Amino acid sequence: MIKLVGVSKWFGLHHALKNIDLEVPTGQKLVIIGPSGSGKSTLIRCINMLERPTSGQVIVDGVNLMAHRAPIAKVRQQVSMVFQGFNLYPHKTVLENVSLAPIVVCGVSKDEATESALKYLERVGLSDKAKQYPAQLSGGQQQRVAIARALNMHPKIMLFDEPTSALDPEMIQEVLEVIIGLASSGITMLVVTHEMGFAKEAADRVIFLDDGSIIEDGTPEHFFENPQHDRTKQFLSKILR
Amino acid sequence: MSDLLARIGFLQEGPFAIPRWTALFANIDVLRDGALITLLVASLGLVMALALGTAIGVMSTSHWRVPRALARVYVEFFQNTPLLIQVFMLYNAIPLIWPGLFIPVITIGVFGVGMYHGAYIAEVVRAGIQSIGRGQLEAALSQGFSYVGAMRHIIIPQAMRIVLPPLTNQAVNLIKNTSVIAIIAGGDLMYAGDSFAGRYGHYGPTYIVVGLGYFLMCFPLAIWTRRLEERTREA
Repeated sequence: MIKLVGVSKWFGLHHALKNIDLEVPTGQKLVIIGPSGSGKSTLIRCINMLERPTSGQVIVDGVNLMAHRAPIAKVRQQVSMVFQGFNLYPHKTVLENVSLAPIVVCGVSKDEATESALKYLERVGLSDKAKQYPAQLSGGQQQRVAIARALNMHPKIMLFDEPTSALDPEMIQEVLEVIIGLASSGITMLVVTHEMGFAKEAADRVIFLDDGSIIEDGTPEHFFENPQHDRTKQFLSKILR
Repeated sequence: MSDLLARIGFLQEGPFAIPRWTALFANIDVLRDGALITLLVASLGLVMALALGTAIGVMSTSHWRVPRALARVYVEFFQNTPLLIQVFMLYNAIPLIWPGLFIPVITIGVFGVGMYHGAYIAEVVRAGIQSIGRGQLEAALSQGFSYVGAMRHIIIPQAMRIVLPPLTNQAVNLIKNTSVIAIIAGGDLMYAGDSFAGRYGHYGPTYIVVGLGYFLMCFPLAIWTRRLEERTREA
């Protein structure tokens, strides 16, 4: 479903991603862990070309996004992203946030998009907020709307870029529960997170990034019980106690 | 008594004397016709300025270099030369470059103020777009919106609230600036007033009424946009 070959990203003189090779099969739930500045957000943002790699290949659903005139916008319709800062459209109601892109971008009829939007809002427990504006909701509720917005594109892939990092502690759980609920679906999911409990519970596979390289790659059991790298052990000892 | 007479003396003679007023109101339809031309040039010019300004404002926020450079050149050229000279050039130079091309004075007026204020509006639009967080564009792009689609549905509607006050400024200035076509016999309110007043020396009353005419065109616009601003703030 996703294949990265030799992906490097430079920001000026900073080498954010160093020759990354990564293959994610359909349906996999991949959790990406790493200290801040390790390149995990950059990695996930390269998959939908919000960040264009300096070199390498990014192949999503059979399309090479680094090719000249690659149909990036078309592929993005299949690859939904949930952002750390929610990024809901503040001038649109909750319902419009969820139904806008299917109508405008995918050409779904308004009735159909509204119906499916309400279904997904129900699924994230917010159907009663449909008429409100994002600013009237709590952070946790906004992020759940953002997840409903992502789902209403009927994506094959979902990218979560630290979805709970901007939330108050008591709201993290409500968002994680929604994401864990999704993990039982067939959608391929990549989640950048610091929530180790989530990684243990929902991931099929965990990769650990340090300084732009993948230094650990395996099942959650492998990652938490038997990490290979000293850097990983050090990280885990700090974060798990 | 003589004191009072001296004080109201300005109604008997001088630039604001009563006979001048009566002469003006006897010929008021001249000013009315001029005002209609001004309204026509201003409304078409405003449509053109808004369209140009939005397009060029969006171009100047593009991540591609060519449209950004084109927008920059356009804005700098029109912002940094006097409107008066631009209109003069449109009127006199184009027929030299393109002999036989006849452009009606009203069209020149529309293009003159449209292109000039388009440059200012482009800067207003650019500032408005740049005030919207990067996350909004990223969210829209991540959903498969094109750059233009993201601008149209996500960024510009939000920027609108911010740019409404400076945009009103531009619209009001545009209306007043239509008066430059008076120099090319535009037939507008300023021209009508000027030529009427010049013929008999009735400058005082004429300029008061002409000034009032511009005020009546600009003031409702200011009121209307303030209402609009209040309404969009509620949403």
